[in-house]
Amino acid sequence: MEQLAQFYAVYGSVINFIGINALLALSLNFTLAAGMLSLGNAAFAGIGGYTAGILTVHLKAPLIVSLCGGSLMAGVVGLLLGMPVLRLKGVFLAMATLAFGEVVRIAAVNLDITGGAEGLTGIPNITRTWMIFLALALAAYFMATLRRSRIGWGLISIREDETAAACLGVDITYYKVVAFTIGAMVAGFAGAMYAHLNYLITPRDFGFFIAVDLLVYNIVGGTRIWYGPILGAALLTALPEILRGVGVAAGPVRLAVNGVILLLVILFLPNGLASLFTRLRPVAVKTGRAERT
Amino acid sequence: MNLLAQQLVNGLFIGSVYGLFAVGYTLVFGVLDILNLAHAAVFTLGGLSAVWLVQAAGMSIWLAFPLATLLAGGLGLLINAAAFAPLRRRADSQFSGLISSIAMAIIFDAAALGLFGARSVRFPPGTVKVHVWQIAGVTITSLQVGIVLVATLLMLILTLFLQRSRTGKAIRTVAENERAAMLLGVNVSGIIAFTFFISSALGGAAGVLYGLYFDSLAPDMGRAIELKGLAVIILGGMGSIPGAILGGLAFGLSEVLTVAVSGTSNLRDAVAFTVLFAILLLRPSGLLGRGKLREA
Amino acid sequence: MNLSVDNISRSFGGVQALMDVSFEVELGTIHGLIGPNGAGKTTLINILSGVLPPTHGQVLYQGLSLHHLPAHQVAALGVARTFQNIRLFPTMTCLENVQAGQHLTAERPLMPRLLRLPSAGREDRELEERARDNLVRVGLGDRASHPARSLSYGERRRLEIARALALNPSLLLLDEPVAGMRRGEAAEVADLIRSLVQGGMTILLIEHNMAFVMEICSCITVLNFGRVITTGSPDAVRRHRDVIEAYLGSERGDA
Ligand SMILES: Nc1ncnc2c1ncn2[C@@H]1O[C@H](COP(=O)(O)OP(=O)(O)O)[C@@H](O)[C@H]1O
Ligand SMILES: [Mg+2]
Repeated sequence: MEQLAQFYAVYGSVINFIGINALLALSLNFTLAAGMLSLGNAAFAGIGGYTAGILTVHLKAPLIVSLCGGSLMAGVVGLLLGMPVLRLKGVFLAMATLAFGEVVRIAAVNLDITGGAEGLTGIPNITRTWMIFLALALAAYFMATLRRSRIGWGLISIREDETAAACLGVDITYYKVVAFTIGAMVAGFAGAMYAHLNYLITPRDFGFFIAVDLLVYNIVGGTRIWYGPILGAALLTALPEILRGVGVAAGPVRLAVNGVILLLVILFLPNGLASLFTRLRPVAVKTGRAERT
Repeated sequence: MNLLAQQLVNGLFIGSVYGLFAVGYTLVFGVLDILNLAHAAVFTLGGLSAVWLVQAAGMSIWLAFPLATLLAGGLGLLINAAAFAPLRRRADSQFSGLISSIAMAIIFDAAALGLFGARSVRFPPGTVKVHVWQIAGVTITSLQVGIVLVATLLMLILTLFLQRSRTGKAIRTVAENERAAMLLGVNVSGIIAFTFFISSALGGAAGVLYGLYFDSLAPDMGRAIELKGLAVIILGGMGSIPGAILGGLAFGLSEVLTVAVSGTSNLRDAVAFTVLFAILLLRPSGLLGRGKLREA
Repeated sequence: MNLSVDNISRSFGGVQALMDVSFEVELGTIHGLIGPNGAGKTTLINILSGVLPPTHGQVLYQGLSLHHLPAHQVAALGVARTFQNIRLFPTMTCLENVQAGQHLTAERPLMPRLLRLPSAGREDRELEERARDNLVRVGLGDRASHPARSLSYGERRRLEIARALALNPSLLLLDEPVAGMRRGEAAEVADLIRSLVQGGMTILLIEHNMAFVMEICSCITVLNFGRVITTGSPDAVRRHRDVIEAYLGSERGDA
């Protein structure tokens, strides 16, 4: 028991970040499940974080109100953004969400209420580890269940082939917007919890490179099953500590290990680390004949 | 008035570097429909290795510049071999290629950090002799003129190469239709590797010019230009070389004008990204793009 | 109350793929759509299924106009289709492909599943049962857990039919359902199609295999260069002068 307390004293903040990152990775998985490549979820986390921080600092709202407010705000923005941008596909959707993320970041730098480039300070440190992991468990359960529901079948059909899905009665636009909005709400909630973990949030906490990290967590862990993104986020968030444990100093080597892991996974485990634990089907191979039309 | 003219001239200089960076970026996309997110890391390594060649190896910049450019081209070959060629037959190659290029970017960033350290460096004083001219109240340096000239020259050579040379035509055939190119006897995988070489060489050259212009290089300098490069190639239309050049200039100008009008550098990128977002929604093929790419 | 195609035109840029196409499909029959390659047959199926809007004209089915509806709403009216260039869900198993096809016939509500109510499990078992029946129907009963990609060409076509049947359609549009099949396999599909029509379904099918079309269709429409040459019984079509010319002229009579 004492050892456990000691472990927590040393690694508590890593454990918290694993939970937050896993939740953020999961939020992106809602969009990836339908084959949509979004780089906007870091910005949704930012919207959630700033909204919640402002609610707490300026309006003295209780934590649960701030968390839900942040999540809701991110969801509303996700809904408004999703309707126009989800017509775009592939890298173009990625670029549009990236541009959106930059606009959000620039707004956070320039607004007074967000505290500008120095960030929003004075947010009480009241998120607890159990809250993070409760939220993560609920989101993971929701994700796992969603996949077996009507929405889940629709989303996966869209990922596989949009035209065929539409001809089976799947309302493509509606399902995409729903998935995008749910993802935004989960990201917003995670961002809101993050804000109350740190005293301070700054625009840098939610930039382009965070968005890329979320994608990387998903790919390394595996996008096709609910625990894939959690696995990826946990491994890559803990990796610096693990490497420190085996004596690798901070800096270039750690970074290189990150890159090499990612490269090896994408080359040899296209369904991510999760495919080591379940029998997931391999990614389709291009056949000679033209299958896209 | 003079201030505005000065800003416009500055925008032109930095815009030509953005254009050079973006031309390489868009070339790979035009041929393979794939975004190479390691392009910015090549840009960084190109710039830093030129500094090293000048500072530690004592070379003249006139030798260091082409050497760094070739080295960057070599990195392009490495990117292709490690990150793209193995994925080419996979149905999700557009997506997985994006990820593997992120992996290469991380590895290159680590290399930059390990080889050149985390601190920012600069070319030794006197690397290039700088004359300063005052023309109608606008200050122009010979360095700036040289940067524009070199960038323009490289872009011109690329354009002529793609239009006139046999290899350039082969590249365009592969871009048009890979299968047809193969049937015509084009060595497709060779052409793709060569495309990566050119693209990365241009990216590295842009890194050297950027470092000369701002007189400061750091392992994270690629981050600043990565997003701008993406914005530029979308503004210009993915895959379009003239579009990337014009997009680069437009982006450079919008930056300096936004700063001049708003009076704060915090808003520097705001206009550009708002415009980018609007373009994606209203005219997703970009200003000079090949429209068909968006739908498929 | 028939399916009526009324003056449909469609162009792609400068290419006029369909020009004033009109014909009627009697409900509960098998209607054939033939014509040389590039005649516009697939384009017509795309328009009927809501994948493409027509440039002009209208489509009426059961008194409702389809031509301005998006594909998922057309499907909701009981119109299912297959694709000439097979579009299965490649990483799903055969069974999952058919289960995905049950989108409109299944409820699969989220709440009971989140709450682990027994009704959810019951629905899933029923749906799986029905999906297996569909597979058996097209002769793929033993392939349920195979990935769709592992199937042979003919099997993929049959799986697409099974997935379309999961909609419980009243109108089924088949784009070259027996292309690439061996003779025996094609005969099985012919039997399947007949049994579907006996169950009350209406079928519009495109096929290059003349023997197949002549044998199972009660009525045939012939397209050439985007125009209807004729609509009539197999015998009448076989004897039609312009049809013979269209086919011999393009040397695709046996394609
Ligand atoms: N999506 C499209 N874009 C451009 N042209 C098309 C498209 N679909 C079909 N076409 C053109 O329309 C004509 C008819 O094609 P199609 O309907 O596929 O013929 P069929 O199925 O009878 O062989 C062809 O000339 C084809 O090139
Ligand atoms: Mg056809």
